[in-house]
Amino acid sequence: MKKILTALALGASAVFASGAAGAATLDQVKKDGVLKCGVSTGLPGFSNPNEKGEWTGLDVDLCRAVAAAILDDPTKVRFTPLTAKDRFTALQSGEVDVLSRNSTWTSSRDATQGLNFTAANYYDGQGFLVRKALGVKSAMELNGASVCTQSGTTTELNVADFFRTNNLQYEVVAFQGQEETLKAYESGRCEVFTSDSSQLYALRLKLANKDEHMVLPELISKEPLATAVRQGDDQWFDIVKWVHFAMLNAEEAGVTSKNVQEMLSSPNPDIRRMLGVEGNFGEQLGLTKDWVVRIVGKVGNYGEAFDRNVGAGSPLQIERGKNALWTKGGLQYGPPIR
Amino acid sequence: MTDTTIAGPDRPFIRTEMLTPQPPPTAVSGFAGWARQNLFSGPMNALLTLVCAALAVYLLWVFIDFLLLRAVWTGTNREACIAPGVGACWPFITNRFGQLLYGFYPADEHWRPATVFFVAVALIVPLLTPSAPYKKANALLFFVAFPIFAFVMLHGGYFGLRTVETRAWGGLLVTLVVATTGIVASLPLGILLALGRRSKLPLIKFVSIAFIEFWRGVPLITVLFFATYMLPLFLPSGWTIDGLLRALVGVALFSAAYMAEVVRGGLQAIPKGQYEGAMAMGLRYWPMMLLIVLPQALKLVIPGIVNTFIGLFKDTTLVAIVSIFDFLGIIRAAFADPNWATPMTVYTGFAFAGIVYFVFCYGMSRYSRFVEERLDTGHKR
Repeated sequence: MKKILTALALGASAVFASGAAGAATLDQVKKDGVLKCGVSTGLPGFSNPNEKGEWTGLDVDLCRAVAAAILDDPTKVRFTPLTAKDRFTALQSGEVDVLSRNSTWTSSRDATQGLNFTAANYYDGQGFLVRKALGVKSAMELNGASVCTQSGTTTELNVADFFRTNNLQYEVVAFQGQEETLKAYESGRCEVFTSDSSQLYALRLKLANKDEHMVLPELISKEPLATAVRQGDDQWFDIVKWVHFAMLNAEEAGVTSKNVQEMLSSPNPDIRRMLGVEGNFGEQLGLTKDWVVRIVGKVGNYGEAFDRNVGAGSPLQIERGKNALWTKGGLQYGPPIR
Repeated sequence: MTDTTIAGPDRPFIRTEMLTPQPPPTAVSGFAGWARQNLFSGPMNALLTLVCAALAVYLLWVFIDFLLLRAVWTGTNREACIAPGVGACWPFITNRFGQLLYGFYPADEHWRPATVFFVAVALIVPLLTPSAPYKKANALLFFVAFPIFAFVMLHGGYFGLRTVETRAWGGLLVTLVVATTGIVASLPLGILLALGRRSKLPLIKFVSIAFIEFWRGVPLITVLFFATYMLPLFLPSGWTIDGLLRALVGVALFSAAYMAEVVRGGLQAIPKGQYEGAMAMGLRYWPMMLLIVLPQALKLVIPGIVNTFIGLFKDTTLVAIVSIFDFLGIIRAAFADPNWATPMTVYTGFAFAGIVYFVFCYGMSRYSRFVEERLDTGHKR
């Protein structure tokens, strides 16, 4: 519809926006009035556009929480959908300030990609999907099973390791793509379907009758999905890390988006420190005293975000499992704010 | 010897009137004859015809059955489409129709791209219809006034219109913007490059060859990736170039290189006598090219040009590299919405995308046939 003149006009308007890698990301975000956040091109429950064209999901909510803490407005985020190939390059080149895109935290990525992982906002791991009619309650009972998996992935290797370590017999049925693998499982080519467990929950929705299938409780690999920032800006690293911890601490203390205003008058010293009634812990981070009030009031605590996007309040119905608070047997542990 | 009597014992009958013409036998005329000659001319061909017909009917039935008969037409979330045995899940499409057309363009501003679209149609239809009057004014409006109008309307920032960043654009809007810009920019640029490559001036010739070979030698996906993620590392801190602009420039230069080679093919098919004749008439270089050579050359390569256009239209999906969701990209992103995750969502989305792409590409193809026939001067066999 538009012509080369449009292109020229667009060129003239090419924005002289924020800079590439460098210090003082916080100042830049404050100056621009917008947080640049890298998300996936679509992963159910973690980052996906909803019907109104707004980004939603657990990864998205972390960016919204950072924006709420800095700019007092969770909508002031510019989401950049990134493929697995260009996600780290985009972070390095300054296209995004926060990479909240279901990336597994590994030593090689931490060491060689010019980035720092702040904290795992979702502990994922490879799991198994089976038919309930099979009557299996644990992965240890899968002796002799045929397993559908995607060929040429670490998934396939993890399965081999798991069955060998536990001295179980199995048969691999490998396929090229995820959709084909799922179809093979659905048509009965194999008894077990294996992939990252968050994926299993999402793929289960695509089965004709999702309630006939269940995800087994065991996870056979470690996939901590973590948020990442550029190396070289420690203040920014601290902020993104502590926004996640604040959401955890809020859940632990029972502070929710609904009761946060009443909690301001709570006598509990932990809550008073967290919400900025006592001390200036937010200011130490470069934020404001009421930073946690902003985060919890406008986005919610970790439990609320989990339920809304992937948990009981969403079609995915993922159980908290490893992502429960440490007080409830999970791994999510927020260091104290004091 | 005179013939006084017409009939006689030695000439029992002589026809006196002309035979009325008879229709040809049904075995070689009408549909039956055509079918007999073309479809059932032998046992092998008859068999092939029957097999292909059966296949065609079966496929058609599968599509109609899935897209219409078993389809779900209403619903507000995935619950509508998870019943066993259902076909296409159309509420998934209707629910997101605005998003598929305009991407993340703010919903209360949708009238702006819609207006641009209708103005574009109003200008382009008479431009492509040979019998419509005022061609010059029409072309001037479309190629000069319309781009400015479209930019102001879509991007905003003037006349009190809210600014909508190009990163909020998406869907069919982006597909059409990129494709149209690429198509309109690549043809003149490609003609210039083709002429440059055949020029006798070494510098112009060298520059044209270098340009064409460079852009044909690298994949578009690499160019876009480089422009998006590597360029900011080299530019002074604080400089960024709009993501959509990067894609537009990349696509335009890219298709110009391909177009140049198509046009050059046409130029090479023009006999030397045409050039010599033109020069003998006293024409200088540009009048010779514009009046004698190019009209013939371009007519010869219409199929090639349209081929490039259609390829370009489909290549627009690569803008996903610069984090812009084009029509296909926004459909794929919609698959990730857990509220619409059903067994049929993916099939419905791709079927819809296929139909839309087919309409546009087939339209271009038909129009090129029409232009070819109109410009046909008897070279065709």
